[in-house]
Amino acid sequence: MIILKAEDITVGYTEVDILHDVGIRVKSGEIVSIIGPNGAGKSTLLKTIFGILKPRNGSVTLKDEDITGLKPDKIAKKGISYVPQVENVFPSMTIQENLEMGAFIRNDDYSQRIDEVYDLFPILSERKKQKVGQLSGGQRQMVAMGRALMLDPQVLLLDEPSAGLAPVLVFDIFEKIMEINATGVAMIIVEQNAREALKMAHHGYVLAMGRNVLDDKGEALLANEEVGRLYLGG
Amino acid sequence: MAELIVYGIVLGSIISLGAIGLSLVYGILRFANFAHGDFLTAGAYVALFTVTGVLSWIGIPYNTFGSLSFGWRMVIAFPISMVVVGCVAIALDRILYRKLRQKGSGAVMLAMSSLGAAFIIRMIILIIWGADSLFYRPGLMRPALEVPLGIKIRPDQILILFVVLFLVVLLHLFLKKTKMGKAMRATADNMELALISGIDTERIIIWTWGIGGALAAAGGILYGIDVQLHPYMGWNFLIPLFAATILGTIGNIYGALIGGLTIGIAQQVSTAFLLPTYKLAVAFIIMILILLIRPKGIFGKE
Amino acid sequence: MEIGGIIAYLVSLAIMAGIYAVFCLGLNIQWGYTGLFNIGIAGFFCIGAYATALITTPKPTGMYAHYVQQIFGLNLPFIFGLLGAAIICGVIAFLIGIPTLKLGEDYLAIATLGIAETFRLIFNNEHWLANGPRGLMGLPQPLQGLVDPRHYNYIYLIVVVIIMVLIYLSIERAIRSPWGRVLRAVREDEVSAGMSGKDIFKFKMQSLVFGAMVMGIGGALYAHYTKAISPDVFTPLYGTFIIWVMLMAGGSGNNKGAILGAYVMWGIWIGAKFMTDFLPYTLKARAPYIRFLLVMILLEIILIYRPQGLLGEEKKVSKLIE
Repeated sequence: MIILKAEDITVGYTEVDILHDVGIRVKSGEIVSIIGPNGAGKSTLLKTIFGILKPRNGSVTLKDEDITGLKPDKIAKKGISYVPQVENVFPSMTIQENLEMGAFIRNDDYSQRIDEVYDLFPILSERKKQKVGQLSGGQRQMVAMGRALMLDPQVLLLDEPSAGLAPVLVFDIFEKIMEINATGVAMIIVEQNAREALKMAHHGYVLAMGRNVLDDKGEALLANEEVGRLYLGG
Repeated sequence: MAELIVYGIVLGSIISLGAIGLSLVYGILRFANFAHGDFLTAGAYVALFTVTGVLSWIGIPYNTFGSLSFGWRMVIAFPISMVVVGCVAIALDRILYRKLRQKGSGAVMLAMSSLGAAFIIRMIILIIWGADSLFYRPGLMRPALEVPLGIKIRPDQILILFVVLFLVVLLHLFLKKTKMGKAMRATADNMELALISGIDTERIIIWTWGIGGALAAAGGILYGIDVQLHPYMGWNFLIPLFAATILGTIGNIYGALIGGLTIGIAQQVSTAFLLPTYKLAVAFIIMILILLIRPKGIFGKE
Repeated sequence: MEIGGIIAYLVSLAIMAGIYAVFCLGLNIQWGYTGLFNIGIAGFFCIGAYATALITTPKPTGMYAHYVQQIFGLNLPFIFGLLGAAIICGVIAFLIGIPTLKLGEDYLAIATLGIAETFRLIFNNEHWLANGPRGLMGLPQPLQGLVDPRHYNYIYLIVVVIIMVLIYLSIERAIRSPWGRVLRAVREDEVSAGMSGKDIFKFKMQSLVFGAMVMGIGGALYAHYTKAISPDVFTPLYGTFIIWVMLMAGGSGNNKGAILGAYVMWGIWIGAKFMTDFLPYTLKARAPYIRFLLVMILLEIILIYRPQGLLGEEKKVSKLIE
């Protein structure tokens, strides 16, 4: 069942459009990876889905609801969470407080959810009262994801989760992503590390110059020679 | 000299109240609110109106508590004035600043409009009350000076210190323990992420203005109790307020507190060497020095 | 009122507006073209006026020295006063610029505000400088002996207009030069202007100094018009903010707008004076405050609904494009 789709998205930050008629589809519980060269507009697509940018043309649909152009706080309430690539934590606040902020719009008792997030990232539970600004890059990334998970999202948007992390940590992060996915959360992942991104993905999209180039099952793209040559570094 | 320092602490604590509010607004909205000084003035005058006007019409009697210079009327008027000025600050944002924000106006346009707002508030006060200095107590008697530890300090001033301490502790608890307080801290840290987390940043902004305005009003009333009221009182505080805010690092409440005390003490101590009218210049020079040496303030990250 | 009186009154209005126009032109260089947020215009106003006063009056001697103290008195002609004002203001602007131009825009604003207030305090308190709060009087006027003192204002109006036009023309030439283009680039996008290798600081400083020199001339023109100055003339209201309203109303980034704004706003100001004359007696004392309230509300309306002012910014900047 398709849980999220973006169709014919044309959008830009100024008068110049970054994306032209781009579309993706995500089935519930799926990991969809978006790869492509720098400047292809991958992050822009995530921002448009999450309502940070309003598309000039096209639509974003969650289940059967048209959510095009809704502001981010409304979209968050609908069950989509977004982890930006940079500045994705509240540095002067503790880990616990960051998670609490993630749950800000919940009105119920979310203590169980916090426990689940700490189970997912045990390192964090040892430092609940520590200010996030003092943590290492990898730990910060975990906090960033934990914050987004507090709302029990149906779809999680991750913008380059492995960016700036040491290779060992990259492996950890991707493991966590699979763990999260195993709980039933659909994910759209934009990644520079294309090979790993496709390994995890049920479905993959290749974006270049702001347009759809190709999409197929993750493993099919991995096996595709041309994709391998152009986007996976041979 | 010890007396100068003590009075500097009293003055400094009043500056802190204004600086905390200014720091909050500056930290979240990223523009210099030049109207903040006039929030102090507005607070003092609203309290004046309430004490000498409204409450006497209602029939609450005038009295004083022991050796303090005020009584029940002021106790009632104080929170009322804080609320009123808090609302004025919120209204100012809704009517003026928000429109400019939505248009995408830069920090300079916002600062310019805040200058206009400062004058508007001041002109209204001048129109209603005129340019003379006024006092809360009818008559010009100053209560007797107290002499604990050989330092002369008025009972009023001791109370000012307690009130400031109380308000600061209250604010601290609010920011640390309440949901809205934490959301304010989050928004000050990273407004876009707060939005992404679903936090209604417009509501946060309203709360910020309300608290900033209320604290400034408190500062103004306390100054009016201690010294006098006149329409330029807040404007004269503007440079010390900015100096304190910048010294304590913009967005940092405790920094604003320390900054305010520092500026207050420095200003008072300077009167041992310079004419009192130069106090403003002292605050200004300190500010320039900070901007040259350590522009991010004492708590700033390098 | 007879025609002669009306014309004389209009002439005095035109002189004041012309003086303010000079200030607007100076502010336009700093703000309109370079984006420097200077709210300490009153400081340059003050320095310019005092500079020319000290240059063009003699140092008091004998009995007179009991009543008037000033730090020096050169007793030179008007033109030296004007030049002196410009140069001194330029130097002061340079000194101010060194610490403050590196700061962000609103820091610059706070700094300029503080400096203006500090200058006013100094002139007010240090009696040996320029007679403290009593100020200086008896400033000479150029071409004084030429006509009957009753008709002198016509001469002064011509003097003011000539100077205003000269300043206008020199700014227009400067703006159309490569120097001017860099200024605009700095205002639009400092980061990329910096990356193209230009020394941003130098350009901002030049703009600050150039603008300040023009303001100094404005201050000098004012001093010789009123023939007497004292610190309480140079308040934030009359010395800084009315000029800002004038420039924003006329169109920042546009020299014609600067001049137009000065004349229009001064006309509105005087018109408001007439209207407040109709106020009931009890409100008469509040008239200046009511006027300023209305002008400030006008500023806010301009900022929200028409920030480009009446004329908007000039589109064509380069001779090459034309």
